[in-house]
Amino acid sequence: MTAQYLLKDVRPLGGEPTDVLVAGGLVAAIGPDAGDASENAPDDLEVIDATGMVLLPGLVDLHTHLREPGREDAETIASGTRAGAAGGFTAVHAMANTTPTQDTAGVVEQVWRLGAQAGWTDVHPVGAVSVGLAGEHLAELGAMADSAARVRVFSDDGKCVHDPVLMRRALEYVKAFDGVIAQHAQEPRLTQGAQMHEGVVSAEIGLAGWPAVAEEAIIARDVLLAEHVGSRLHVCHLSTAGSVEIIRWAKSRGIAVTAEVTPHHLVLTDEEARGYDPVFKVNPPLRTQADVDAVREGLADGTIDIVATDHAPHTREDKDCEWAAAAFGMTGLETALSVVQQTMVDTGRMTWADVARVLSTNPARIGRVEGHGRPIAVGEPANLVLVDPDQRRVVEPARQATASTNSPLRGRELPGAVVATFLRGRATVLDGVPQDDPADPRYAAGRVTP
Amino acid sequence: MTSGTPVPDDTAAATAATVVLGEQDVARALTRIAHEILERNKGGDDLVVLGIPTRGVPLAHRLAARLAAVEPGLVAEDLVGSLDVTMYRDDLAQHPTRTIGATSVPARGIDGKVVVLVDDVLYSGRTIRAALDALNDLGRPRAVQLAALVDRGHRELPIRADFVGKNLPTSTAERVRVLLAETDGRTEVVIEGGPR
Amino acid sequence: MRHLLSTTDLDRAAAIRVLDTAAQMAATQGRQIKKLPTLRGRTVVNLFFEDSTRTRISFETAAKRLSADVINFSAKGSSVSKGESLKDTALTLQAMGADAIVIRHQASGAPHTLAHAGWTEAAVVNAGDGMHQHPTQALLDAFTIRRHLTGTATNPDGVGHDLAGLHVAVVGDVLHSRVARSNVDLLHTLGAEVTLVAPPTLLPVGVGPWPAAVSYRLDDVLAQGPDAVMMLRVQRERMSTAGGGFFPSPLEYTRLYGLDARRLATLPDHSIVLHPGPMNRGLEISADAADSPRAVIVEQVANGVAVRMAVLYLLLSGDGDTPGAAPATGAVPALTSTSTPATAATTTTAGATA
Repeated sequence: MTAQYLLKDVRPLGGEPTDVLVAGGLVAAIGPDAGDASENAPDDLEVIDATGMVLLPGLVDLHTHLREPGREDAETIASGTRAGAAGGFTAVHAMANTTPTQDTAGVVEQVWRLGAQAGWTDVHPVGAVSVGLAGEHLAELGAMADSAARVRVFSDDGKCVHDPVLMRRALEYVKAFDGVIAQHAQEPRLTQGAQMHEGVVSAEIGLAGWPAVAEEAIIARDVLLAEHVGSRLHVCHLSTAGSVEIIRWAKSRGIAVTAEVTPHHLVLTDEEARGYDPVFKVNPPLRTQADVDAVREGLADGTIDIVATDHAPHTREDKDCEWAAAAFGMTGLETALSVVQQTMVDTGRMTWADVARVLSTNPARIGRVEGHGRPIAVGEPANLVLVDPDQRRVVEPARQATASTNSPLRGRELPGAVVATFLRGRATVLDGVPQDDPADPRYAAGRVTP
Repeated sequence: MTSGTPVPDDTAAATAATVVLGEQDVARALTRIAHEILERNKGGDDLVVLGIPTRGVPLAHRLAARLAAVEPGLVAEDLVGSLDVTMYRDDLAQHPTRTIGATSVPARGIDGKVVVLVDDVLYSGRTIRAALDALNDLGRPRAVQLAALVDRGHRELPIRADFVGKNLPTSTAERVRVLLAETDGRTEVVIEGGPR
Repeated sequence: MRHLLSTTDLDRAAAIRVLDTAAQMAATQGRQIKKLPTLRGRTVVNLFFEDSTRTRISFETAAKRLSADVINFSAKGSSVSKGESLKDTALTLQAMGADAIVIRHQASGAPHTLAHAGWTEAAVVNAGDGMHQHPTQALLDAFTIRRHLTGTATNPDGVGHDLAGLHVAVVGDVLHSRVARSNVDLLHTLGAEVTLVAPPTLLPVGVGPWPAAVSYRLDDVLAQGPDAVMMLRVQRERMSTAGGGFFPSPLEYTRLYGLDARRLATLPDHSIVLHPGPMNRGLEISADAADSPRAVIVEQVANGVAVRMAVLYLLLSGDGDTPGAAPATGAVPALTSTSTPATAATTTTAGATA
């Protein structure tokens, strides 16, 4: 029999305190007498004092790199989704740039199955747009869509679908199964050898520049393509003020475009590169304070639809080196919610209901994920996260659930903590601790070891 | 000011500096040393006077002026130079980085000459050891002699001054400071610190 | 001074101290016996990930003149080319007891990482990193400029002086040039006015805040009568499409930005011409200009040894607790006495040697 949980005095979406009963995989009852609805003996009902805590629908990440298959030394599907659960996620989209590439039904089904086995979050594989991410031939998008993994999001993330004809074909083709192309917007010729944002800091410290226009030019082209063919377009990790303007303009024209911003682009700037610490090396690069201000504003006013982590774990050897030799990317699953709280909620730009929108409802809608991003209402699947906004914690990468340590927030104090995560009524995290299955030998040491 | 006793005055405050040589004392000592140098070397024909920075340099200039005054035919500017020993020291790693002083040798060079090294205080002898090494890289003098305004003892090397302005028995806890008008605005030798 | 990674590490006093120390070092290099015992027993490693025979030889000469043991570690043909990381190379050099590592690397920031990643205790000297900095080159340029434009009969090296009031034009591929970045910072620190001259394609996008004026027209800047003109090396591959096609042809570059006899003749009599080498004769500088009496290019090479001796001395001679910008004291111009702060008064204390 599944355990039942009674969340006492919890604030759904940051609203008025009430009690919420989680039972039978569903939100079973809401209200001061919710506990009475439990049919369990009192022994089997776990009561959680959630005074002051906020209840949100389980978070949905549209942009996660789980690295398996291929780079299990950096992350596995099990360790990455465990980190996701610790960060409050109940569903993640596993990006396609694995080895082998997620460009066939076989590979996406393998990823989907490994995710289901691990059981920390639902795993929705993202299919590659082009074979081998090479940007030349369309991958078998239909086969992936019809596979057990039911792929709806397609992306060559890590690389831009820069050929305008290929991009047009992809946008058109996925309409057949209500798919979406998630574009990594980076004009390749303008960013050859690029290491960081091109601007005052790059000029001074001598790192090759990644100009904002290389992102904006692709976004501008793609929204026009999407308008022309009447397709859905999703823009990954938008990072510049100019990109926000283009999306705002496109939406005003009624183009079916959605956009995401990463937590790191909400909080960090290119000034971080001055110390040449490769933990701050990421693609697209950290931008200027003006860009940070613009993406915060865009997120608050709805121009930017979602926050997605672009969680990109890397081994130590890929980061413990000179800047130019280091890999792009930073981890984010376990700090995303705190960064959003710090930059958007605690600053008064957004409410907790807005947080639910950008971290759960909207990403679930864009990815056509069923059962996630639902209202907190009786009878809905109990995909939930319980957050204590008053806790503060210092980020210690070595103590995180992710198998990698490349968090750019190392040593920083962040507000908020995930107290519990529920996946269809089962607690994957309780008291802030991932609930490892004692029967699974991989968790014997209390930590995932691939 | 008078020539003081090297023993600190018990009635003075512990931190107060005791003046052991005044301006006139320093002048007299240099004049005497100039005579001694000329006497020892039977004139000044082959003399080169090299001061060790910082305060050895103005002392060398004063000494050269006195040599020229005493010995007809000597021109002070042709005698005098400076010899920086910083890069020859054996204690560079034990102290904060030292600023390197200038080395300048009179046009006549030092080969075959009698070089008189001039320093303000002779103490452990290590500066003079470094100076001898530095001199060795510059040329081959016929003889090297040493003039010090103050010899405070506590030698750590077998080095002895040929000409001494004043012998000052001191304890190692004391500090001997030579002040010169050229570098410090006034001329005197003081002892600081040490036991009450 | 613990490391020398960038000319921005040097404030005015520290920069003058390096130049003054270099002047004393240069004085020793005119002697028959040039070797000094100063760094006897210390080990200097020249760690070169990029070919640069000139810079390596200059550092090697400087270290040897100070009696340091020198180990040359070239990435070519070593374990580095077989994939050994900078970290493991640093750990190896640390285990071998390197006191200083002189590093040339194609990646901007590699010296910074080497100095601050905790891999080695050695002092790190940046001998050129990517498009970032080449501080000893800027110091030798400043030394050369100071000597020619502020030196006097009694103080030929301009000891104690900065470069206030001088106008220096830096001409060429500023975008890719660590020499330009180092020089802009150092010349500004020393009070000089800098004008960068380059085609717009060879200027960084973020050049705005640099403490320098920017011009696209060499003739206009030469008409202002700069005291020194520093020509930067232009790599021929910059014109190819693969390299980005920064200018249409070498011929056009030379026409617009090359220093030739005609342009040389427009300079004031006292102006000097510098080039960090190696020169592309006929591209950024004509043979007439390179070989003219105004060109101090060969002297720059000689001064490079003195400046690098000074840097190694200042990094390696102290007890390691010295703050970087100690006042320049006791820098006595030849045969003249200058005032010295009382803090440097000769004192003998317990345990000290005098």
